[in-house]
Amino acid sequence: MDAKDILGLPKNSLPIPQEKKSRPPKDSQRKPDGISREVYALTGGLAPLMPAIDSSQLKKQPPKDEKITWQWLPFTNSARKDTLQLYHWVRVVNGVPPTGDYSFAKYNKSVDIVKYTDEEYEKYLNDPGWTKEETDQLFDLCQRFDLRFIVIADRFSSSRTVEELKDRYYSVCRAIVVARAPALGDISGNPLVKEPYNVSQEIERKRALSMVLSQTKHQERKDAEVLAEAKRITESRMAAKVAEESELPVPSNAGPESAERASFPGDTVSPSSNVQLPSATIASSALTADNASTLASLRMLRVYLRTYALDQMVQAASSSAGLRTIKRVEQTLQELGVNLKPRVPTKSVCAEHLELRKEILTLLNLQKQLQYKEAEGSSFRDCSYADTPSTPKRSNRGGDQDRTFVPDMSFGESCIIGISGERVGKRDQKRKAPGRLSEAPSSPAQSKRPRKLKASDL
Amino acid sequence: MNNSSSSKKHSPDQPETSGPTFKSQRTKMDTEKKILNKKLKDVEISCPIVYGSMAFWLGKKASEYQSHKWTVYVRGAMNEDLGVVVKRVVFQLHSSFNSPTRVLESPPFEVSEAGWGEFEIAITLYFHSDVCDKPVNLYHHLKLYPEDESGPMSTKKPVVLETYDEIVFPEPSEGFLARVQNHPAVTLPRLPIGFTLPPPVPVEDASRRKRGDTKDHPLSQWFMNFSEADELLQLAAARQQVSMSASLKS
Repeated sequence: MDAKDILGLPKNSLPIPQEKKSRPPKDSQRKPDGISREVYALTGGLAPLMPAIDSSQLKKQPPKDEKITWQWLPFTNSARKDTLQLYHWVRVVNGVPPTGDYSFAKYNKSVDIVKYTDEEYEKYLNDPGWTKEETDQLFDLCQRFDLRFIVIADRFSSSRTVEELKDRYYSVCRAIVVARAPALGDISGNPLVKEPYNVSQEIERKRALSMVLSQTKHQERKDAEVLAEAKRITESRMAAKVAEESELPVPSNAGPESAERASFPGDTVSPSSNVQLPSATIASSALTADNASTLASLRMLRVYLRTYALDQMVQAASSSAGLRTIKRVEQTLQELGVNLKPRVPTKSVCAEHLELRKEILTLLNLQKQLQYKEAEGSSFRDCSYADTPSTPKRSNRGGDQDRTFVPDMSFGESCIIGISGERVGKRDQKRKAPGRLSEAPSSPAQSKRPRKLKASDL
Repeated sequence: MNNSSSSKKHSPDQPETSGPTFKSQRTKMDTEKKILNKKLKDVEISCPIVYGSMAFWLGKKASEYQSHKWTVYVRGAMNEDLGVVVKRVVFQLHSSFNSPTRVLESPPFEVSEAGWGEFEIAITLYFHSDVCDKPVNLYHHLKLYPEDESGPMSTKKPVVLETYDEIVFPEPSEGFLARVQNHPAVTLPRLPIGFTLPPPVPVEDASRRKRGDTKDHPLSQWFMNFSEADELLQLAAARQQVSMSASLKS
């Protein structure tokens, strides 16, 4: 009802809600109310949310005192430049025809084009690339077509590009405005003066826009990847710069190693070691950047506790890892029998502790990657089982996997905690399932190998 | 990073001959103040400390509000005199104690009290002006009852809870460095080449030196031993295992 006030329609509060309520029950019957059924059906058979016209108004009778006739009368249009006289039906009230201009004349708007005189042209607007005739023609077309440059370019006699035409037009306008202004201060706010048209920029912009619009999905994805990579590189470079400024050794290997990584296509099948190594070094270079910035901030403090420093370094080192990974690192530390917080935190102990944490992190990352490669490899194997050309690859990968196959920590655990060969035997059974019977006998030997290493090393 | 000797005893051939007195140090500083106040980079001084508490059950003499007699303290890790570094220690006890803020202006930095409850004690270390103008806060939970609750409580054997930590001064002033360069309470890294310090002030009064350290402290028999060697071995072994597993995977 307030909307009606705003619209300026007369209030007729009661009929509307009643009508709305009565409409649903009368659904199958006469739905329209005040307008014919066919007209109502044009709306899709549904009532509008807010009826534009009160339907009772349609049935309203005109006031009795007014005598309405319709007459075929001539009219003129002030928007026309000639004096054409046309005829149309006019609603005459009590014998008095309506006054006023043709009701649609007000919609005839046009752009105000600058009009220069010949002297002005001679003085300010001379340009080697443009003759006066061309410039005049340009301005005439601008006037006719209201600065629709695409159309103007089409109609232009010589083949000029849209950017050239725009450039000429805007520079002429600018020159005129500057010349006619009494003082520069008056026109400094004028957009023509403040931001002159830049042809080369416009050409470049349009070219770039068309390139972006015509990109394929594949291209889009690649661009996103490269941008993300670049962001990471700049971030690590920033961290390295901060460290450099506080006189600490800069991990300058961050740049070239990241570039190496970017050059590897993400989704082709490459040997596992090749991809693992750069990502491991990426992780380490990112870590050194983090470490460097933490060290720098520690130096800023005039005094600090060794335990506090260790906490900060540990946080910095695990900043790239998620919460779950951090929990796993702590779990590993406990399994190894190391205190989560060193009992005797001297400088060397803290350094060793930090290095241990980092190595565990690297280890966990390697394991995860191995798992992924396993998953990829197994799906590969499944679909190309009968395919002979791929068999050599398969057996090769199988060989690799035999040596390095460690899902979870179980293999490592058997090495560290010293669980007997039974456990490794269980692993064997699981690996037999995909059908590599030939590899089974070799595994016990392999499980013994790391143990031997351990004894001799210590 | 810096090199630092891992052993606590810095100069084995100078057993406790250093420990400069404050009087002579002060006059020396007045004359060479500008040079000595200069901050040194790449030289890090660390002071290993142990802080904690020791609580004795009073047994038959225990009352409802005083069941234990305890001492909270800060000492050098090897029982050296912390007075060269620390100017003042403030212990903030539980508000139920009389004047709960206890200030100690000289070593030994400790507070002994009798009570019944366990609470957290805030310990603030203030350093000498040439060392650092910012204090360091430590927090210690006073432990009165032993881990093994079912075991008999003894009036002879205290419940000890100590924490080892090191106070690190990343950019010490030259004056500080000169003053403590041979003192066993601090650990210095190897000084950069071409770096010369003014010679340490020789100790004049041997008897004054002894006062600050806790080597002959009555409770010293209960002090815990903090040896970094064990922890280092443990860490080294762990690292080796981890690197082996990692090499197996790559």
